[in-house]
Amino acid sequence: MQSRMIERAKQLLADGTVNRVIGWKKGEFAYDITPAVFESAEEIDKDFVYDDFCGHNLSKYLIKESRKEGKLLAFLKPCDTYSFNQLIKEHRIIRENVYIIGIACDGKADAEKIKAKGISGITGISSDDDTFTVKTIYDDEKISKSEVLEERCTVCKSRKHAVYDELIGDEGEVNENSGRFDMVTKLENMTADERYTFWRNELSKCIRCNACRNVCPACSCENCVFDNPNSGIAQKSAATSFEENMFHIIRAFHVAGRCTDCGECSRVCPQNIPLHLLNRKFIKDINELYGEYQAGVEDEGRTPLTSYTKDDCEPSIVNERGCK
Amino acid sequence: MQINNEFKPKIVAFCCNWCSYAGADLAGTNRLNYPADVKIIRVPCSCRVNPMFILRAFQRGADGVIICGCHPGDCHYTSGNYYARRRITLLFSMLDYLGIERERTRLEWVSAAEGAKFSATMNEFVETVTKLGENKRLEDLRCKAE
Repeated sequence: MQSRMIERAKQLLADGTVNRVIGWKKGEFAYDITPAVFESAEEIDKDFVYDDFCGHNLSKYLIKESRKEGKLLAFLKPCDTYSFNQLIKEHRIIRENVYIIGIACDGKADAEKIKAKGISGITGISSDDDTFTVKTIYDDEKISKSEVLEERCTVCKSRKHAVYDELIGDEGEVNENSGRFDMVTKLENMTADERYTFWRNELSKCIRCNACRNVCPACSCENCVFDNPNSGIAQKSAATSFEENMFHIIRAFHVAGRCTDCGECSRVCPQNIPLHLLNRKFIKDINELYGEYQAGVEDEGRTPLTSYTKDDCEPSIVNERGCK
Repeated sequence: MQINNEFKPKIVAFCCNWCSYAGADLAGTNRLNYPADVKIIRVPCSCRVNPMFILRAFQRGADGVIICGCHPGDCHYTSGNYYARRRITLLFSMLDYLGIERERTRLEWVSAAEGAKFSATMNEFVETVTKLGENKRLEDLRCKAE
């Protein structure tokens, strides 16, 4: 896969279709990969990498990159293409300036989970159908995929690209029964006290590093409410439980109806807070109350929160239907 | 001198300028009682109520928040309350999901002619919140008096 991508990127650079390539760059360690823009074939040869640690969603970088001179080649995984489409819908990316190569994805590995298994000195990773082979400085380790996949990949909603100019690898299918709402349902079935305790445990871990906001493709405001010292929640570390609640409710609310459930927020959280559970609650509510909706499938039209019908349910439905 | 230690809730009511605020006015001119615990904040439309307003009210010590607007179809701006309805529903659902008592939040449509409904709603809401007691789950200790 990586060699095909490099080959194609070099071709497109050489024939002048694009003048830059956005992809993933090797870091200090094999699992320490960063998104990067490559401007020449030499740079690509040197640093370009695509393996099972490349979980980063590149769509957000295209907001700024697509506004620069010339056309850009972007490699997008299926879930990245949903974010891309959503950003097109919001007029954040200039479509003409981006050439998309859709790349197939079979789920990305979570380096933390691998390390938690006692594997150290990781130097590389490869995969086949249901196992990852982790190369280390000691020995190669085989691990079943289900054990170390990122959470979002275990409940992958779609392996089908929402948008692309060309494709490398096979086109997958939308998975209707991904089970991604199972945990939300489980929480809904708890009592209010249990839910409160659950969320206090999770949210009190928050160090307000703002990584979830910075990585989120839907959080693309240039002036964020959380940077306003008058918002009442601009403290950098949580001063009271209120700030944690407020931050996370508002963060999730600001992307409600626009969140494609790409799962980046949970991936980057240094405290491992299951932030996707907040986003998925909104998605689940929207599906149940206002009809099935998946953000990013289309690149035009209105989102659930910017439209209405005259016979929408009343807020009292929360009491009637609500959680336990 | 006697000090009354009975719990008095603080209720914030966001009232739309065109219907509910006039409804509250009508309740007043009709001499219908509603508890003095209700503090009304006038907003141009129920759609003006940003979810952050509701959370900020709780932060600053409110024990309950009620949003009042024109009946669906009667919005002065044609569709404001339809948007508000979706937004507020999702927010209430999220608060419930986080384990915050769902009785503390409420949305009610009150027209300018419904002074009686305004007073009845407020009486009922204050009673509900009084039973729940002080807002503990969504409070900000820095904002507490004393």
